[in-house]
Amino acid sequence: MTYHFNYTYVWRHFDRLTWGLVLSLELAFVSILIGMVIGLGLAVVHTGGGRLTRGAVAAYVEFVRNVPLLLLVYLVFYGVPSVGGFAYDATTSFVATLSIYAGAYMVEVFRAGLDAVPRGLIDAGKAIGLTPWQRLLHVRLPTMLRVVLPSLSNAYISLFKDTSLASVIAVPELTYGAQWIKTNSFRVIEVWAVVTPMYLATGYALLFALRRVERRFATH
Amino acid sequence: MDLALRSLPFLWGGLLVTLHVSLLVVTFSLAAGVLLGVGIAYGPRWLYWPIRFYSDFFRGVPLLVLIFFVYYGLPAARINLTSFAAAVLALSAFKTAHVIEIVRGAIQSIPRGQTDAGKAIGLTFRQRFQYVVAPQAVRRFLPPWINAVVDTVKGSALVSLVGIVDLMLAIQQVIGRTYVPMPMYVLGALMYFAINYSLSLTSRRLEARFAYIRE
Repeated sequence: MTYHFNYTYVWRHFDRLTWGLVLSLELAFVSILIGMVIGLGLAVVHTGGGRLTRGAVAAYVEFVRNVPLLLLVYLVFYGVPSVGGFAYDATTSFVATLSIYAGAYMVEVFRAGLDAVPRGLIDAGKAIGLTPWQRLLHVRLPTMLRVVLPSLSNAYISLFKDTSLASVIAVPELTYGAQWIKTNSFRVIEVWAVVTPMYLATGYALLFALRRVERRFATH
Repeated sequence: MDLALRSLPFLWGGLLVTLHVSLLVVTFSLAAGVLLGVGIAYGPRWLYWPIRFYSDFFRGVPLLVLIFFVYYGLPAARINLTSFAAAVLALSAFKTAHVIEIVRGAIQSIPRGQTDAGKAIGLTFRQRFQYVVAPQAVRRFLPPWINAVVDTVKGSALVSLVGIVDLMLAIQQVIGRTYVPMPMYVLGALMYFAINYSLSLTSRRLEARFAYIRE
């Protein structure tokens, strides 16, 4: 007996997938923005701070990087409210998780970026009488941002793929949309045969678009 | 605390499943990835493009989507696998793509001049690979590969979503009975952390040790 393909149900509920895709992109976008704020703050603190702050930043980074994202998703959604005495909706919870996750990677990216700023530039800033704060704002950060741009776009695409984990706490993103159609129609192969290319096409479209942006701001 | 202690034997069983899945995936992906990675680095065009397509395809799809695709899709296509086999297959296919890129990167990071020098003294392709490129490429390969192993252990948590009782699902099941989520999640996180952090440290140590290879 052969399997009979039938895409009717998938197309009829295609809006669930398109809106899911939009939500996936939004989740990744908001998370990388918050992650960048966390990462930038901690990278600056880490470069200038004492042993204690360095240790704290390292602990955060190592913890998040060595624990499965799925476990973090559960921990923030089910674990934290159970001891904190408050509740938040699944989307907020997932954005918080993915931001914390992104933050840990961003610290490393920005730290490497700050290290890559040539010593001579900072000295030049000192020579013309810029305060440390001005040197950070006008010399170190702008130079660093251009250096880390490729890492940022890779991180964004990676986070976009990670948003599929939001489906386990019923955030209606793309994977959840696929699960919903699958549960209601049992059109298993069809729905994944549509959703997989959607992830692929979006991921590679983002990659090409971001590479163009990078070339515009390239340092060399 | 007491609860966490009493659930330890059960979690231990889950941990063994996590390690089992990870070990299988690491083995399969290493074998396939090295083979295909060498193929993409040296192979002719008809070999290059299929491998490039494979690698770009599997690195472009979320792992969770792949697992669901294999787990639900194969039975519908009349291929019956146990959920364990389906999960290991999906993870291995995914990880292989990453190993391919690490192998390719390692091989291509060895300066061309060395291969040319090998040619100049009359080494055959096999000898050049065996005595010149491979010994150095292995040192470039190891640190990122260990990071990929860490990713495998982390990614293996997703098999809990197709009903395999690994460490992740074991934690969920204990919470399902006891309704005290936080201590169990923290305990589980620490268990994953213990495995992965030691691997990460090994990777970093190797990287420092092999830093002497220069252009």
